[in-house]
Amino acid sequence: MAIASIPSLYRSTVGKKAIMAVTGVLMVLWLIGHMVGNLKIFFGLEEFNGYAAWLRTLGAPALHEGWFLWVMRFGLLAAVVLHFSTAAELTVRAKRARPVKYQHRAKVNGSYAARTMRWGGVIILLFIVWHILDLTVGTVNPHGVHGEAYQNVVAGFAPDRWYITLFYVLAVVSLGFHLRHGLVSAVQTLGLKNPRQDKALNVIATGFAALITVGFLIVPISVTLGVVD
Amino acid sequence: MKLKLRIWRQKNAADKGRMVTYEVDDISEDASFLEMLDVLNERLAVEGEEPVAFDHDCREGICGMCSLVINGQPHGPERNTTTCQLHMRKFKDGETIDIEPWRAKAFPVVKDLVVDRGAFDKIIEAGGYISASTGTAPDAHATPVPKADADKAFVAAECIGCGACVAACPNGSAALFMSAKISHLGLLPQGQPERDDRVVNMVRTHDDLDFGGCTNTGECTVACPKGIPLEFIGRMNKDWLSASGK
Repeated sequence: MAIASIPSLYRSTVGKKAIMAVTGVLMVLWLIGHMVGNLKIFFGLEEFNGYAAWLRTLGAPALHEGWFLWVMRFGLLAAVVLHFSTAAELTVRAKRARPVKYQHRAKVNGSYAARTMRWGGVIILLFIVWHILDLTVGTVNPHGVHGEAYQNVVAGFAPDRWYITLFYVLAVVSLGFHLRHGLVSAVQTLGLKNPRQDKALNVIATGFAALITVGFLIVPISVTLGVVD
Repeated sequence: MKLKLRIWRQKNAADKGRMVTYEVDDISEDASFLEMLDVLNERLAVEGEEPVAFDHDCREGICGMCSLVINGQPHGPERNTTTCQLHMRKFKDGETIDIEPWRAKAFPVVKDLVVDRGAFDKIIEAGGYISASTGTAPDAHATPVPKADADKAFVAAECIGCGACVAACPNGSAALFMSAKISHLGLLPQGQPERDDRVVNMVRTHDDLDFGGCTNTGECTVACPKGIPLEFIGRMNKDWLSASGK
């Protein structure tokens, strides 16, 4: 299968969805790595901070310290921008496609996950901004010391900052729903869906979404409950 | 049966339109939904009022003319059923029923519940045909078609082009209609010569006509009176990605 040319991808509604699918898959692959890294916090301060320091040496000696991270960050930024802008364009297009609304709209048949993709996506985007300020840049983190990832996490989700943990829980649950629909949708958009395997795909998508949700939530909740300190 | 109907009335394309309430009595449970509207219209005509305009033709569920969004559902509450094949026994005595036209920018209201579905014709003109000369019926074995492909092409060919998929789609997309036509022709040997051009041109025309984009919510297949499955949209996506790169 040849790859569609970039301009035609961007112009067409089918192509826009393909862009969303590919950028979505890239972000999901990155999320898996992020989650695994987070879970290392249960092995203690040294291992967690050592892991954080090691991330800066990725690609060395070919790459200077931190270069790999910056390449990855720009890649992720491009994925987020493309994913969001194509979604926004499709949303505007959808509004334009039905200028007069129905007086009586029946309860939609689609899943909760499918219905909440757009607002869920906005919640996740706002969360990403906060999350970077919190645990990457450190400006909104009470500890916020560069190189002390463990201490930053422990301070950020301290029991008296339960409302921050609650916000993280809401955002990650939104992410879980987003992934539940997004995974199946991406497979369909790229024309890779086999109707005979619909059931299996749904089970995998639900399981994966649940795994990501639990895998990310277990860290802040453990800190807030005092399991990690 | 006694029913309260809230019907969209709109004099013409320029009129703003509004819901108007009517009461009908003595409706048989065995009447079809359209026959129920006929009863209302006869009374309106006698009373000197303008009858409610709605599309219909064969009343056998195969022509694709009837439409109507009934209580928010295209073709009403019964699955795999056109409005003309929907019977009043599916409703409760004394119920209030909301009746609206298909809502899409590409399907402008002509009058009351009648919309102009010419946009579908434009999509078909863009690629929903084959150029092979078909002539009279060929020998059955002249062009072998695998049974599985023939069956699938038949499923796609069941699409009657009524537009319920667009009416149901939260994005106002015609992806299900378009994908049924593309799959119906693309699964058969006679449809191969234009296979790439067909999908590219039909999708482009669809987008130019201000239909929305598919976001895989699956509302269309639930509303479709012929139960056209979502797998054809996946097939269309695959064809489009492949053709656009050539």
